[in-house]
Amino acid sequence: MEQLLEILSDLHPEVDFETEDHLIDDKILDSFDIISIISEIAEQYDVTISAEHIIPENFNSAEALYDLIERLEDEE
Amino acid sequence: MLFTSYSFMGFLLVLFCLYYIIPAKHQWKLLLLASYIFYFLAKPIYLIYILVTTVSTWFAGIQIDKVQNTQKAYLAEHKADLDKETKKQYKASMKKKTWHWLLACLLFNLGILAVVKYTNFTISNINSLVQLFGGKPLSFINIIVPLGISFYTFQAMGYIIDVYRGTSKAQTNPFRFALFVSFFPQLVQGPISRYGDLHESLFAEHSFDGKNVAFGLQRILWGYFKKMVIADRMLIGVNTLIQNPDRYSGAYAFAGMLFYALELYADFTGGIDITIGVAQVLGVKVTENFNRPYFSKNIKEYWNRWHITMGSWFTDYIFYPISVCKPMLKLSKHSRSLLGESIGKRVPIYLSSFIVWFTTGIWHGASWNFIVWGLGNWVVIMVSQELEPLYAKFHNRFAVKDKFGFRLFQVIRTILLMSSLRMFDCYRDVPLTFRMFGSIFTKFNWNVLWDGSLLNIGLSALDYGILSAGVVLLTTVSLVQRTGSVREKIHKKPYWLRAAVWYGLFLCVLLMGAYGIGYDASQFIYNQF
Amino acid sequence: MKKKRWLTIVLTAILILGSLFLLQKLLMPKYVADVVEGAFIAEYYQEEKNHDVVFIGDCEVYENFSPITLWQEYGINSYIRGSAQQLIWQSYYLLEDTLRYETPQVVVFNVLSMKYNEPQKEAYNRMSIEGMKWSMSKVKSIQASMTSRENFLDYVFPILRYHSRWSQLTEDDLKYMFQTKQVSHNGYYMRVDVKAAGEIPEGKPLADYQFGENAYTYLDKMTALCKEKGIQLILIKAPSLYPYWYDEWEAQIEQYAEDNDLLYINYLELVDEVGIDFTQDTYDAGLHMNLSGAEKLSHSFGQILSEEVQVPNRSGEAHLQEIWKEKIAAYEAEKQEQFTKYSK
Repeated sequence: MEQLLEILSDLHPEVDFETEDHLIDDKILDSFDIISIISEIAEQYDVTISAEHIIPENFNSAEALYDLIERLEDEE
Repeated sequence: MLFTSYSFMGFLLVLFCLYYIIPAKHQWKLLLLASYIFYFLAKPIYLIYILVTTVSTWFAGIQIDKVQNTQKAYLAEHKADLDKETKKQYKASMKKKTWHWLLACLLFNLGILAVVKYTNFTISNINSLVQLFGGKPLSFINIIVPLGISFYTFQAMGYIIDVYRGTSKAQTNPFRFALFVSFFPQLVQGPISRYGDLHESLFAEHSFDGKNVAFGLQRILWGYFKKMVIADRMLIGVNTLIQNPDRYSGAYAFAGMLFYALELYADFTGGIDITIGVAQVLGVKVTENFNRPYFSKNIKEYWNRWHITMGSWFTDYIFYPISVCKPMLKLSKHSRSLLGESIGKRVPIYLSSFIVWFTTGIWHGASWNFIVWGLGNWVVIMVSQELEPLYAKFHNRFAVKDKFGFRLFQVIRTILLMSSLRMFDCYRDVPLTFRMFGSIFTKFNWNVLWDGSLLNIGLSALDYGILSAGVVLLTTVSLVQRTGSVREKIHKKPYWLRAAVWYGLFLCVLLMGAYGIGYDASQFIYNQF
Repeated sequence: MKKKRWLTIVLTAILILGSLFLLQKLLMPKYVADVVEGAFIAEYYQEEKNHDVVFIGDCEVYENFSPITLWQEYGINSYIRGSAQQLIWQSYYLLEDTLRYETPQVVVFNVLSMKYNEPQKEAYNRMSIEGMKWSMSKVKSIQASMTSRENFLDYVFPILRYHSRWSQLTEDDLKYMFQTKQVSHNGYYMRVDVKAAGEIPEGKPLADYQFGENAYTYLDKMTALCKEKGIQLILIKAPSLYPYWYDEWEAQIEQYAEDNDLLYINYLELVDEVGIDFTQDTYDAGLHMNLSGAEKLSHSFGQILSEEVQVPNRSGEAHLQEIWKEKIAAYEAEKQEQFTKYSK
């Protein structure tokens, strides 16, 4: 989770990713941010988030995103 | 049928009446019939194209669903006795099957779209090359471009991708699916709906809800107001300015640019208002396509507010898949090691955006104008991305971010920027567009803006008065809309006030609409030259 | 509660329909000032319909014949159902319409409109058709006349055609919403000014001089209708120097008249006999007669009608005398008005 928070803060240092849970709904993260995040996650977690997982439910909070990563790690 | 024709209005009248007379369970069938009649009346032969796409996509959807159901059943049955590795392999092989169906469907239908829309464009480009080497040019093919093919194809392809991804279940009833693809209000200019968003209200049974029907009719009226009073009137002036570029350069081109910005907005959003209004009267919920786009403060925001369904379609079905696919991630990795971290991480963004904006451009039309327009947007977006740290520094230093003046500046800047890019819509070819844009800065004929020259392009002082009043009305409505639905607010007023407002709007359309003899834009051009 | 709802709906509907009706009346052109030609067709319906001679056709009938002269000199009770650029099918349907009200002894038709085989201008369509009372004849006339940009609904609801006039409304539009002002004299359009005819060039050679099929169809219909009703159809060509009347056209009409046993008079050939002086008798350089020319022409044609065609002299009828007394008064009044106006 630490690594993830680091990735996110790198992109948007002004956002508190521990509490924020409307990242997509409130347009805090845009489409470019998302693919940067996915790119980094692929690097650091060796997990590929494919396009079908790019839905608000998975990206609205750091926690939801981490859940996704864990699920994908499980499957791999 | 044009939205602004008597026949369409008569068509709607008959449809609305029948819709609430027949038993509710047959309503979707009536819509299907109406949609096919609508399409047939445009040109009977179009039906072949839409049927082919409908049948092929419906069939592919069912096949994918079958595989997915088999997979689900199998895994449920053998939950205990399969190990992880076998499960993974099984899923992979199933995925391959569904992938084949998806690929076949996409290639087939996008292939039809490509051939129908882009063959002659390709040939003309090949010819340019061939003629360079003194060869014989190919002849163009005589091919029909079915009404709305770009819209319904994308709507159907979105569906099949959603089925593949498991986001939607396939529609097994071919007639229901046919309605989804051909729903007539959306055929002409969208919005491009997602199956998940549309299907429930599209197939549901609807009882007559007076308020909903009234709101729908009000929205339709508002759409007609925008189209007939503002757009069609503005178009007369726009046509004069852009059809004679040699005569109307410099400040004229600037005026034309802004006039076109108004005309396109009124026409496009007006048409969408009619579309969504018609759907609302029928009890069908269609996604919004515009969200006060001219209030945007930068280009990114603009593309979240203008032609929303197109933008999100390209994002979900082209941008994301391309930018997170394995080859792209590999490329990104390599670029990082080869060209350094900062360049490397930009690669997926730049390359994917380039592809998206190239396809967005060409989706709009088979010409270099649209391609350059699309790439122009790409350049602006990339540049603003790069400038972000600079902007952040600026805002740290000067606390202007929330000041009204600064926001107004941002809004005006965005309008000017997007209007400039849209000049590619107006002129014959790319070099001419650049020339005309350049002339704004080199030809100092700004006096034409206030010395009455603009009264000689087909619009009278009264017309400008009406247009100005129209702009004020549009802006006011948009401002009010920020705090909630305008129709709801009017609905709360006493009956006679409401009736007066809507009847007044109707009279505006009836009296001031730029329709009928005497308003033929081409007529004016003919008279002038 | 329910009753109140219905009441509201009915009241709203009445208000909306009522206001739209009034709006339409307000916006329709009144044809009482500059362009008065549009009022002619409607004026007929106010008349007592017992005419012995009815003229139909374009400006070559309504500017070249004076029913007042015909009455004063021969006691002929006539009316001119003419309108601007009245096309032959419009003339036919107008005739059908007229015959719903009366059956004259003679119908006079000016043959110039044979040259138009297709719909022409929307503005003239309006002036020739709009004034008609609604009937199957009017419907058919509209359908035969509509140009590609017109729609039948625009005739049923003229507000759709005239909506843009809201910014051009004058006092007259309000004043004449429900009343009319007489602008013609039994269909005659009076002009007293003079503009001598100059050099009229000979017509350019045409590719095809044959009148169109459509034109002949309607001429046949007209002939048949008159025969059926026992009406004598007389064909004439007015002495207008322009549009140019080709010899080839003349030949076709002469042939047609012979084949169908119709009286045909070409006044272009009788200019000297009638005594028309193109320096005095025209107000637009030879296209149309002025008052002086029209009276001369009427004197000549009236003689034929009276002596050869035997149209009765009804100057002894007291009732008609009274009606015509008023008409003559109006005629003289306008004459004076115009003399004053044009001598300035």
